[in-house]
Amino acid sequence: MAVAAASVPRAARRAAPDRRLALAGAAFAAPAALLLLTILLAPLVVLVLLSLTDYRLGAVAVRWVGLANYAEMFTDPVFRRAIRNTFLYVAFVLPAGVFGALAVAALVQARTRTRSFYEVIYFLPVTSTLVAMATVWQFLLHPTLGPVTPLIAGLGFGRLDLLNDPDLALATLAVIGLWQMLGFNMVLFLAGLSAIPRELYEAAALDGAAGAIDRFLRVTWPMLSPTTMFVTITTTISAFKVFDTVVVLTRGGPLGATDTLLYVLYLEGFHYFRTGYAAAMTVIVLVFLCALSLLQARLIERRVHYA
Amino acid sequence: MRWRACLASALSHVMLATGAVLMLAPFVWMLLTSIRPAEEVFGAVFNPIPSRFAGGENYAQALFASNVPRAMVNGAMVCLGILAVQLATALPAAYALARLRFPGRGILFGLVLFGLTIPIQVPALPLYLALAKTGLLDTFFALMFPFFLTVFGLFLFRQFFRTYPEEILQAARLDGMGEFEIVWRLAVPAALPAIGAFSIFSVVAHWNDLYWPLIVVTSTDRATPPLGILAFRDAETGGNYGALMAGATLITAPLVVAFLVARRAFVRGLTMTALK
Repeated sequence: MAVAAASVPRAARRAAPDRRLALAGAAFAAPAALLLLTILLAPLVVLVLLSLTDYRLGAVAVRWVGLANYAEMFTDPVFRRAIRNTFLYVAFVLPAGVFGALAVAALVQARTRTRSFYEVIYFLPVTSTLVAMATVWQFLLHPTLGPVTPLIAGLGFGRLDLLNDPDLALATLAVIGLWQMLGFNMVLFLAGLSAIPRELYEAAALDGAAGAIDRFLRVTWPMLSPTTMFVTITTTISAFKVFDTVVVLTRGGPLGATDTLLYVLYLEGFHYFRTGYAAAMTVIVLVFLCALSLLQARLIERRVHYA
Repeated sequence: MRWRACLASALSHVMLATGAVLMLAPFVWMLLTSIRPAEEVFGAVFNPIPSRFAGGENYAQALFASNVPRAMVNGAMVCLGILAVQLATALPAAYALARLRFPGRGILFGLVLFGLTIPIQVPALPLYLALAKTGLLDTFFALMFPFFLTVFGLFLFRQFFRTYPEEILQAARLDGMGEFEIVWRLAVPAALPAIGAFSIFSVVAHWNDLYWPLIVVTSTDRATPPLGILAFRDAETGGNYGALMAGATLITAPLVVAFLVARRAFVRGLTMTALK
């Protein structure tokens, strides 16, 4: 040791603080790493293993069933309905959530004195507790006590009980979901809009872009495309995870019309305690979410390159 | 041409105002009902303005005859407990990820990125089994435990610490400051804006969360705000909507008031997740 230290004194002198820093780094990272292991990684491994068993909470015997849980899912009418409903919900929320928010953002950005006033109002639902506001919506939509039913009747659509009509319940939840997320997307679009350089509009005007629509199509829309892609993905992910309004307002009903993936997963895992089957469902949900997130990560990279 | 500009401006105001009315309608209905006497709930559609102020009795019932206040206290405790552990573990780890070389750093950061894609619903089943086996279900610990880990916080703070000037770190080390001191006395104070935004994000997320509390909590003593309002609604079979709406107002109020007071910080904190 003494010989080595004498022969490379300079390197040793540099190595000591390096080692001290490495030790500090490891010590600082240890608690978080431990949490990562116990809260994320270990559960993930257990989840995949569980999905290959017929485990039920409290059961004495457990058997390996291989991929039987996954096979069951594809023939399970409830699961298939949940997939269908979830995608339908996303399809309802996505176009209005993206283009509606873009329209609001474009209108709000053009305002000068009232801009922050509108920003606050549209963002208000984002900050409010969705479960509490869902009880308010339930009351608003109540066929005899709420104002919505007579309003719709007044417009000539007849007396509708929106939450108890199998054809309308899912769309009604989508409207509430939209109400809640619109302001969030608006803020993202506002950030995107304010990043577009003024000169581009002037250049477009010189090139003969006359009206507001022309300006929008030639400058705003192309410049905004990274934001639009990004909002599309985040909206898809959050719509995909619809849960709170289902629990508060419909519990999957009427007639399973609002059975969504996370709600069915919650029932199987924590009500019927079919743990193995619910684990397999979770793996499928995870695959969907990871695919969406990968897409999102690719888009972020692209956005970084643009900047 | 001036009248065209005026027309466009008026049209845009009409559209924005219509949208604003729709956005605000649930809040207005909630507040109006919370001060409406019980006997007027039935005719409310035709007489939206209450004939007398019944806020006293409605709010009294929500405050003294329901679980709502208890749920709010629980919510505050759970949110603060989660936030404290999140900051205590994520800040030093993020500093290490950003500025210190140690074995396993690359793997750890890779796992953080992977973790960003995983919502609570994924580890929920195994975590539930573990809590059931250890007899910890229906405790405050169970409510908080999964959120002690914040991969988003780790990611965010790492990004922030990477921009911290290297010269200051070197100078502090030459002055004999240890890394522990550097983290808590130099890096963390510099990161206060990021910490503030993250805190808003964390508290809003956990005050409003339904999925995990619904799974692990059964007793009313441990109810979080969403569970409190749900239980209140389900108990109100008589249909006292005034008191229910008073309860909903109470549970929504803290975050909405905080938002109105610190508007910019809130918008930043909540949209940060999407702008990472």
